[in-house]
Amino acid sequence: MQFMCMLKNDERSAPAPQEVYAAMAEFEQEGRRNGTLVELGGLLPSAAGAIVSLADGRISHVDGPFAESKELVGGYAIIEVRSRDEAVELGRRLMAIHLEHAPGWEGSCEIRQIAG
Amino acid sequence: MEAEGDVRAAVDAVWRFESARLIGALVRILGDVGAAEEAAQEAAVAALAQWPATGIPANPAAWLMTIAKRRVMDGFRRAARQDGASAALARDLEGSLAADPADAVDHVEDDVLRLMFICCHPALTTEAQTTLTLKLVAGLSTREIARAFLGSEARIAQRIVRAKRTLTEVDAVIEEPGGAERAERLTAVLGVVYLLFNEGYSATEGAEWMRPPLCDEALRLGRILTALVPDDAEVHGLSALMELQASRLAARAGPEGRPVLLDDQDRARWDAGRIRRGLAALAEAERLAGEAPGPYALQAEIAACHARAATPEETDWPRIAALYEQLARRTGSPVVELNRAVALGRAFGPEAGLALADQLVEHPALSGYHLVPSVRGDLLERVGRREEAAAEFARAARLAGNASEREFLLERSRAASVEG
Repeated sequence: MQFMCMLKNDERSAPAPQEVYAAMAEFEQEGRRNGTLVELGGLLPSAAGAIVSLADGRISHVDGPFAESKELVGGYAIIEVRSRDEAVELGRRLMAIHLEHAPGWEGSCEIRQIAG
Repeated sequence: MEAEGDVRAAVDAVWRFESARLIGALVRILGDVGAAEEAAQEAAVAALAQWPATGIPANPAAWLMTIAKRRVMDGFRRAARQDGASAALARDLEGSLAADPADAVDHVEDDVLRLMFICCHPALTTEAQTTLTLKLVAGLSTREIARAFLGSEARIAQRIVRAKRTLTEVDAVIEEPGGAERAERLTAVLGVVYLLFNEGYSATEGAEWMRPPLCDEALRLGRILTALVPDDAEVHGLSALMELQASRLAARAGPEGRPVLLDDQDRARWDAGRIRRGLAALAEAERLAGEAPGPYALQAEIAACHARAATPEETDWPRIAALYEQLARRTGSPVVELNRAVALGRAFGPEAGLALADQLVEHPALSGYHLVPSVRGDLLERVGRREEAAAEFARAARLAGNASEREFLLERSRAASVEG
């Protein structure tokens, strides 16, 4: 079964990008060695993005940065494992690697099973 | 404090991700597969006992490695009271424990690859190779392997014990295959991984026609191999082949688990992510292979012809037939020739396919292989020789080992004789 791990944090208080990249690089290396990592991607700051929404029958859009949102998705990984427990363990690894490589980084990893 | 259930789950997960590296490193130190596995398992038991109180360590793999090495060292020390050789080993190990941990990391890829080579040692039967690979490299328990192979746990356990004994007898651990032997051993590893995949993709025994968990294990082993041997074209070729074939898993089984033929599959259910990754791996395989693609890359290219066709009518059958011809030259396999007969039938009409299929009927390597009458049945039906077709499908059903497939072939036999 595949899970998408969405890495979220407050982009206003994130540590230097190189540190976060180093963390993701290590996670990528581990994931390739143990065969669990299917895909990995990082997202640029929300300033480069936009939100399109539909409410009350009206479609509207705002460009980033998304100042009012506290936690934003900054990266994602698709992993293939046998259970949610295994996915949780990889999520824990991802947090531990951030703790080591990007001190001061705070955030979370939302783990969602991919349908199908 | 961690809840005991959480710790159990964490240890299980860490074991699955890290046991190959752990056992691989311990094999290097101890020179024995059985002893290495035991030491690794002891470390896992220690984790179960300690983590509920201490919490799960930030780097569980490193924790397990340290504990395992310490246990091994304690064992050497005890033995050292009796002889000098163990004392020397204990000192060496103490040195390696004290050394920079980054040092040990450099060995890791070699350790896992060496472990794979050991599991696929030529002195072992194919059965033993696949079982040991699942146990030591994929980190499956004996019970899980028994479930995967529909065998009894006791039989699988016995097979593992016997395999380890054989490895000791032939000094498998001491060998460091190099050059041509290394290439041969890598080929054996790829063969074992593909065998696992195929057993999941179309099971040879039992009621279930497919066993996707085995496919997942094989795909994972394939991904590990691309990390360990990134410069080998066939490693990427195999990964491509498995991804492309696995992209059809969901579409291949009907509501009651019955097979759905390629032409009848709902192509919208093919997994686009797997196809994309398969095509990327294939491009890498072809880049590395240059002018002479290997058997896995060729088979992946054939799978890619299907993956690229939005409808069955768009399939490039002449290209597939040509690829099978190339593959037949590379492998000399009559099964490939049988597949070429199918492709010829689609590309140039059933008579063209039948001409080749008829030549294969007497092939000794294919005697008792249900797909020969099954393919002939299909081609005969399409040229209008319905009675012969019905007889061939019935014969194929008698030879098929798998219940769903048998039922499917009997149905085709009935259909061929009725509609004529």
